[in-house]
Amino acid sequence: MTAPSSTPAAGAPSPDATGPLVVARGLVKRFGDFTAVDGIDVEVARGEAFGFLGPNGAGKSSTMRMIGAVSPVTAGHLRVLGLDPATQGPQLRARLGVVPQEDTLDQELTVAENLAIYGRYFDLPRPVVRERIAELLDFVQLLERRDSKVDPLSGGMKRRLVIARALINDPELLLLDEPTTGLDPQARHVLWDRLYRLKQRGVTLLLTTHYMDEAEQLCDRLVVMDKGRIVAEGSPRELIAAHATREVVELRFPPDAQEAAVPTLAQLADRLEELPDRVLVYTDDGDAAAHEVHARGLTPTSVVTRRSTLEDVFLRLTGRQLVD
Amino acid sequence: MARTIPLRVLEGHARAYRHTWRGTTTSAVVTPVLFLAAMGLGLGTLVDAGSASDELGGGGYLTWLAPGLLAASTMQNAAGDGTFPVAAGMRWMKTYQAALNTPVRPRDLLVGHLLWALLRATLVGAVFVVVAAAFGAMPLHRGLLALLPAVLLGVGVCAATSAFTAASDSDQALSGVFRFVIVPLFLFSGAFFPVDQLPAAVQPVVVAIPVWHGVELSRALASGTSPALPWAVHVGVLLALLVAGTAVAVAVFERRLRR
Ligand SMILES: Nc1ncnc2c1ncn2[C@@H]1O[C@H](COP(=O)(O)OP(=O)(O)O)[C@@H](O)[C@H]1O
Ligand SMILES: [Mg+2]
Repeated sequence: MTAPSSTPAAGAPSPDATGPLVVARGLVKRFGDFTAVDGIDVEVARGEAFGFLGPNGAGKSSTMRMIGAVSPVTAGHLRVLGLDPATQGPQLRARLGVVPQEDTLDQELTVAENLAIYGRYFDLPRPVVRERIAELLDFVQLLERRDSKVDPLSGGMKRRLVIARALINDPELLLLDEPTTGLDPQARHVLWDRLYRLKQRGVTLLLTTHYMDEAEQLCDRLVVMDKGRIVAEGSPRELIAAHATREVVELRFPPDAQEAAVPTLAQLADRLEELPDRVLVYTDDGDAAAHEVHARGLTPTSVVTRRSTLEDVFLRLTGRQLVD
Repeated sequence: MARTIPLRVLEGHARAYRHTWRGTTTSAVVTPVLFLAAMGLGLGTLVDAGSASDELGGGGYLTWLAPGLLAASTMQNAAGDGTFPVAAGMRWMKTYQAALNTPVRPRDLLVGHLLWALLRATLVGAVFVVVAAAFGAMPLHRGLLALLPAVLLGVGVCAATSAFTAASDSDQALSGVFRFVIVPLFLFSGAFFPVDQLPAAVQPVVVAIPVWHGVELSRALASGTSPALPWAVHVGVLLALLVAGTAVAVAVFERRLRR
């Protein structure tokens, strides 16, 4: 055994209640000769909401699947709840809740049946499963859809059902892989509200997202991932402070005018980002910069001043946009 | 706990069955009964009027056909259980992926699935036996004995087809398997006419395929006679199919679902 001597017996709670729930060191995932996760170090504390922010293909799902003990680790060290996913997969999964990137619901069955079958996979007694189904459907606001089939439910409802499913075993750690991708703004807010409540109850959340607003809303701490590597780590505020200015002015120009404006703009900005359709001027005083743009005779078609976000952090770190 | 997990998978199938049994079980029961009526009663009068009586053991075509049909249609239904539900779990709805986020392992999914196939083959086969007995095609108690090799064959075929379905990347191959493998096996494995009526070159092929062994055993048990080869050979072939099919299917499930 390479596990530390503190490795608990199967099913027992982690002996060190204050130790990190997830410890990864030099974690690697390869598919053939393609490296999807390229040596990442992560520690997630109990009670924390921890995020992996990154574009498609960054290796977020591959990381989550290793932590969830469904995908074998190629190299590196990984302990989740003090257990080794390679040798203690079933015991570990018994204590995790997983919201996979795809819903993976049985469309032909009802809402309650999907939960019942899943609950029984944990060997929970039937009466316990019945009780939890009622509680959880209430929690995700699907009680009145209990006996409808899954197929006709909206995307947001299906996602809430998947969250209820992930909670059926009362997990210590909840893994959420892109919990709100593809949902409309209202559905996303309903979901965020539920996740926020879970966090308040002390459930440790580990989530991936490619939405910076989601990361800012939900995460205490996050890592920015790109091409299988971690390129930055910290709280959303720390990351913005470290890698972006306080404010950003977004300028749009008539076709062909952008290029001519860039040298002038560069003089006003701490930093400049040129995107195909607009220029981002990073500065600590957006209004002053916007004023100066006009004072210098530039005529953008639109000027928007906003606070910096994680999107800007990502752009700074990778030179690319998070979501196009 | 780990040992009971395949039973939880089985339980999941049983729950889902509440929604699907009308379609699947109705056709699983009705189709062989239609064959029995059309072939056994209809075609049988012609056969019995001809010179084939000795060839068929002297009991009439209906009596000869029914147990073979039991084995062959159990095989066909089991092949169905090993294709579309497995494709749904692996690719269409990815419900296998969901299950694997619980203590369930890939092999538990397979074993639970085979237990379910066993239960369903037994249930559907028993209904057929009762109907066949009512037609006077076999005594009920002998028919229930004949069910045993049919079910053994069925579970083995379900394991083999599950392995195939899990290994294939698309669903196109699945209908091909039915058209070019399962339907020919259903027709030419000695259920409808004796294998020695086939061209000599084909006979060794049919004998090498487990379906014929199931047909032989079911027929021998239903009629109280001896099968073509020693009992142990027939039983051995069916067991070999079950063991090899299960081993390959477990390996394919592990490889496909844990990556
Ligand atoms: N089973 C697999 N086989 C081969 N390549 C894979 C597999 N799963 C993921 N990948 C590849 O690994 C990379 C990272 O994928 P993934 O972890 O899903 O990223 P993300 O979730 O951040 O979008 C992608 O380039 C993807 O194509
Ligand atoms: Mg992903």
